[in-house]
Amino acid sequence: MPKPKNKQTDPPRYPLRYLARASLPALLDSLRAAGYRCIGPQLKEGAVVYAELDTVEQLPRGVHDQQSPGEYRTQASEDERYFAWANGPQAIKPWLFAPRESLWQVARDEHGRLRFRETSPQVTPLAVIGARACDLAALRLQDQHFLHGAHPDPYYQARRESLFIVAVQCSHTAATCFCASTGDGPRAERDFDLALSELNAGYVVETGSQRGASVLAALPLAAATAAQRDAARQQSERAARLQTRALPGRNLRDVLFANLEHPRWDEVAARCLSCGNCTSVCPTCFCHAESEQPALDGAHSEHVREWDSCFTQGHSYIHGLTIRAETRTRYRQWLTHKLGSWHEQYGRSGCVGCGRCMTWCPVGIDITEEASAICGEGT
Amino acid sequence: MRRGDVSHPYLLHEAEIVTRVQEAPDIFTLRLRFSAAARQRDYTFQPGQFNMVYLYGVGEVAISIVSDPEDDLLYDHTIRAVGRVTRGMAALRAGDYVGIRGPYGRGWPLPQAEGRDVLIVTGGLGCAPVVSVIHYILKRRERYGRLIIMQGVKHANDLLWRERYAEWARQPNVEVIIAADQGAPLWPWRIGRVTDLFDQVPFDSERTSAMMCGPEVMMRVAVQQLLARGMNEADIHLSMERNMHCAVGHCGHCQYGGKFVCKDGPVFAYPQVKELFGVRGF
Ligand code: SF4
Ligand code: FES
Repeated sequence: MPKPKNKQTDPPRYPLRYLARASLPALLDSLRAAGYRCIGPQLKEGAVVYAELDTVEQLPRGVHDQQSPGEYRTQASEDERYFAWANGPQAIKPWLFAPRESLWQVARDEHGRLRFRETSPQVTPLAVIGARACDLAALRLQDQHFLHGAHPDPYYQARRESLFIVAVQCSHTAATCFCASTGDGPRAERDFDLALSELNAGYVVETGSQRGASVLAALPLAAATAAQRDAARQQSERAARLQTRALPGRNLRDVLFANLEHPRWDEVAARCLSCGNCTSVCPTCFCHAESEQPALDGAHSEHVREWDSCFTQGHSYIHGLTIRAETRTRYRQWLTHKLGSWHEQYGRSGCVGCGRCMTWCPVGIDITEEASAICGEGT
Repeated sequence: MRRGDVSHPYLLHEAEIVTRVQEAPDIFTLRLRFSAAARQRDYTFQPGQFNMVYLYGVGEVAISIVSDPEDDLLYDHTIRAVGRVTRGMAALRAGDYVGIRGPYGRGWPLPQAEGRDVLIVTGGLGCAPVVSVIHYILKRRERYGRLIIMQGVKHANDLLWRERYAEWARQPNVEVIIAADQGAPLWPWRIGRVTDLFDQVPFDSERTSAMMCGPEVMMRVAVQQLLARGMNEADIHLSMERNMHCAVGHCGHCQYGGKFVCKDGPVFAYPQVKELFGVRGF
């Protein structure tokens, strides 16, 4: 195992602290006192999902996850840890880019006059606890997509601006994880307010923002000892080491577009159900469809958007013609966009290595395997 | 921190249909004016850009603006009733109201083409995006050189605006070439594919800009023909069509490889799209 390079970096702006596990409730209290609604991981119907978190008792204590293409299982254990799992089907994305959202309403009077009114997003400041490094990488991409263009999305923006992030450094990577190969994990290095490394009896706490520092102010913290800091670092290194999957390169754009007629597209299309599970669990997919919900009174109508997927029939519909009528071209759209066109659009790949698309694929299609088959191993 | 109308990217503005013209059995033009006088006064666009046009209770569609950008009073949309929304719009009459947001996208490089010859290639039924170019140039005739209009239709009966073409052909320094795959009695134009007629209109490849819209198969053949006759790739511009929901680069439907047709297009210089042009499924 090569030693991590001793890069000359700026000294951390905030010292590393240590929070005993018994004091974790105080963190939630402090977040609530600062006006945040806490969202955190919980075991529901056999999966770790993010939901409103009232007490630390709701956290998935001792839960481990086992993931492989097409399979996700959780297991209980005696472990005291709350974050000893890799990831669940969703994390931050649905809290910012809502699966369904009303954009505006219109009223029509008896003369046919139309009055349009924007739907204001109901925004409660949220604190998401347990975000992973891959989730933060995905968040940066969603920020680029929804906020950094000529038309920032006001709904995403309002929620994003008030989002507080408590990242948790991964200690247990899943067999489907390949964030080390995409450069997005397993350690979260930035874009969190706080980051926890969970040890046997407590947490090494990194502070990433002034907001994070003020939330910590009231907590019973100690300075992190050298042993605690080492344990936290080694845990991340071990997680990275245990990853076995990898994409065949960071930038596959040219090789993918040079292989648009590769026989593998047909082969994968024969397995793919075109169900869109991969795009709905993908933390970077941004596609959505708009539709109209007229009220029965004939005087009001509402315009809503909902998550969409390039695997649907309607995605590429244009007056009378569906540009991607078969699974082959849909799968090709997904992969060439995710690993290819994203470089043109946002300067990097759209894949953060979370592995959700293969875990939640009903037939277990593995994006790293497909990419390698099409691009060749050694790209 | 509440943003007003101006920066809400999805909010529509009411516009009144001042005039409605039936152009063909399934094609009509709406001449529109924003209800809010200030919005109408401040509204500007480039030929080739589009608006999202909303039909109450049904939804929005992206439609090219065909009128002249210097007309401050009204703006026009020529619409073909082909989908759910546009079929519904066909029933609208003068005095009815629609919702409008826009303009969106990049239009034709008309300022860059000043002083040059312009070759228009279009197919299908009255391709709105290039109609705006033709009008624009005819109104500013002295700023452009030759104007060559090549229009292909499947059947002679599909040609819209016959008089208009004849009128254009009478203007100085304008050539109109129309070809129908199938003719009809008294068809004054040619029979065949419009893309086979390039030999009949020699153009100076150094000083000509091509602008085209219509079916992609037709544009593909036209691009090949133009390149074979020495035109620079960068002088060929085409208007693309894809599914559009948001028009602001968010919804993902209009993606064409790495391009968002709504904001990077709909008008592209050929080098921007050539990698995928003609590959089915994008
Ligand atoms: S086109 Fe497909 S892969 Fe790309 S963002 Fe949309 S759903 Fe995801
Ligand atoms: S129309 Fe929504 S991204 Fe272009």
